[in-house]
Amino acid sequence: MIGNIIKKEFKELFILSTILPIVVIAIVYGSVGQMIGNVGETIKEKPVIGIVDMDAGNFSVVAMSVLTENAKVVYNGTDTEEGLQEVRKENGVALLAIPANFSQNIYDNRPGEIEIYWIMKGAGMMDSISSGTVEGLIQAVNQEISKMLIRQGSSSDPALVLNPTTRVDTTFFKGKEIKGLSPSTLSNMLVSQSIVIPIVVMMLIIMAGASVISSMGLEKENKTLETLLTLPVRRSHIVIGKMVGSALVGMIMAAIYMIGFSRYMTSFQFSDINLADFGLALGMQDYLLIGISLFVALLAGLSLCIVLGTFAKNYRSAQALVFPITALALISTFIVMFKDFDTIPAVLKILVFAIPFSHPMMAIRALMLDNYPLVIGGIAYAAVFTVAMVAVAVRIFNSDRLLTGSVRKRAARGKLGWGFRR
Amino acid sequence: MKAVEVRELVKDYGNFRAIKGISFEVNEGEIFGLIGPNGAGKTTALRTIATLLQITSGSIVVFGYELPKQAGEVRKIISYLPEEAGAYKNLTGKEYLNFIAKFFCEGEKFENMIQRGLQIANLGERINDKVDTYSKGMTRLLLVGRALMVNPRLAILDEPTTGLDVINAQEVRRIINSAVGAGVAVLLSSHNMLEVELLCHRIALINDGRIVASGTAEELKKEYDARNIEEAFVRAIK
Repeated sequence: MIGNIIKKEFKELFILSTILPIVVIAIVYGSVGQMIGNVGETIKEKPVIGIVDMDAGNFSVVAMSVLTENAKVVYNGTDTEEGLQEVRKENGVALLAIPANFSQNIYDNRPGEIEIYWIMKGAGMMDSISSGTVEGLIQAVNQEISKMLIRQGSSSDPALVLNPTTRVDTTFFKGKEIKGLSPSTLSNMLVSQSIVIPIVVMMLIIMAGASVISSMGLEKENKTLETLLTLPVRRSHIVIGKMVGSALVGMIMAAIYMIGFSRYMTSFQFSDINLADFGLALGMQDYLLIGISLFVALLAGLSLCIVLGTFAKNYRSAQALVFPITALALISTFIVMFKDFDTIPAVLKILVFAIPFSHPMMAIRALMLDNYPLVIGGIAYAAVFTVAMVAVAVRIFNSDRLLTGSVRKRAARGKLGWGFRR
Repeated sequence: MKAVEVRELVKDYGNFRAIKGISFEVNEGEIFGLIGPNGAGKTTALRTIATLLQITSGSIVVFGYELPKQAGEVRKIISYLPEEAGAYKNLTGKEYLNFIAKFFCEGEKFENMIQRGLQIANLGERINDKVDTYSKGMTRLLLVGRALMVNPRLAILDEPTTGLDVINAQEVRRIINSAVGAGVAVLLSSHNMLEVELLCHRIALINDGRIVASGTAEELKKEYDARNIEEAFVRAIK
């Protein structure tokens, strides 16, 4: 009877150990989404800006009118420094300064210059949404001035009529003043520079983690674990041996994956801007720190995997245990790609920091911006996490749990739980 | 020196008491058999002596080393063959023996150990094939080779001939006997009472976590006025 088979399969697969990780991860994903916030709402919100008008000419009046209508203006004056302070205080996006000769330049057949001082808060993909809204406003200013020129029957160069303004961007980001780059360009650059590491880390953790968890499942399924545990070798050596062996397999698998992925990524070159020109280059010590961060995070991930692996009853149950690791790796990757560590809510910060493999994902961006405490703190945390997890694993290896599994309540009534014989 | 001294051993799994205070000794160069039905506590006793399980109460001393304090020392001188043991399927039989031998010695001693393992397993050319391709009997012979090649002072064998045909079972018994001739102490469990009678110098009958009788096969048969150990066991547990 097919119904009988379906019932048996369902009962075998629909068990607490396979459902619980999915429920937990679903809750975590839901909470993360809630905390990151809604992109649509961010776009609908009026951007907070400051305006400095030193021109007070016909065209600057048009610009002011467009800006005041479509943005929340927290400063409207003539002092750039004062304006910047006010915008910062009000958590604003940018200060737009219109220089004294703005209108005259346009009348003289030269583009009018708008100086934009951006206050950039984060370098994640979602962090540049509000600056994108301001860029839209500048486009609107451009269009209004074009319309005015056309209405006035201007004899200017048609190219100027279509694009009567030009921008001079200065971005303030984490203590750095970066001239000539807008937040969206900078964010794109930083994302394109640092996107590879999160993907490498994610693949490494998933592949090496799956190897170590499966190895534990296979030891039990193939009945080799008991022999291994009676050999004259320290439990800690068994744990570390399994971790390093799996790390090597994971690295080979990730390397193969990355060959294909890097070829894929070459088709997504954002621009040929060299970040080193803006003081955002990495030195030798930075690359060393990235390497250490990656290595320690891998060990931390694998130490967690080996603890999870001790719960595997066989190869099949080991596959289910890979899921929490995969989900944690994905959560880290997405949060790090879309948001900057500094712009996420405190709860999410704790979550990201607590996942040890988040740290190499954040390392490149942090080092470009000289945020050494975050990187070194992450390395120290991942190292402590590894030692703690190895200690837990060794403790489990020294206990009965590895061979006997959990003793269910019914054992108390005279029957034994799974996994052990008398 | 006694090979094994077990005193008032108790082993609990949660609230369930699997072993209820057993005591016995195994002498050097002796084959000591624990026999009893499935679920009597044989495997738990062997696993505890093999350093795999924690002791709830009581004591175990192996060649003067006390468990669990000196588990590392005990592991250097014992060899444990679980009832349902397997070998790494992606290795060849010889690679598997190499893997195990590396934990015990190196150089010339290592080579000698491997030769001994090859000799005991006696798998001919098939030793170079992957374990995955072995029959159950071949795997068991490889594992017996693995267990005895390391020259343990104490071999702990859980149902050593389980699942083997008559020919292979006889071969394994011959190998065990020859190891004992070389000075190894053997503690084995079996529910095959005939095998135990043939193989063991002394026997303990275990039932429901308790040793109900012990002695040589002749002593037990005499004590329970039985024709064989099976009959003696049935009478002992009544």
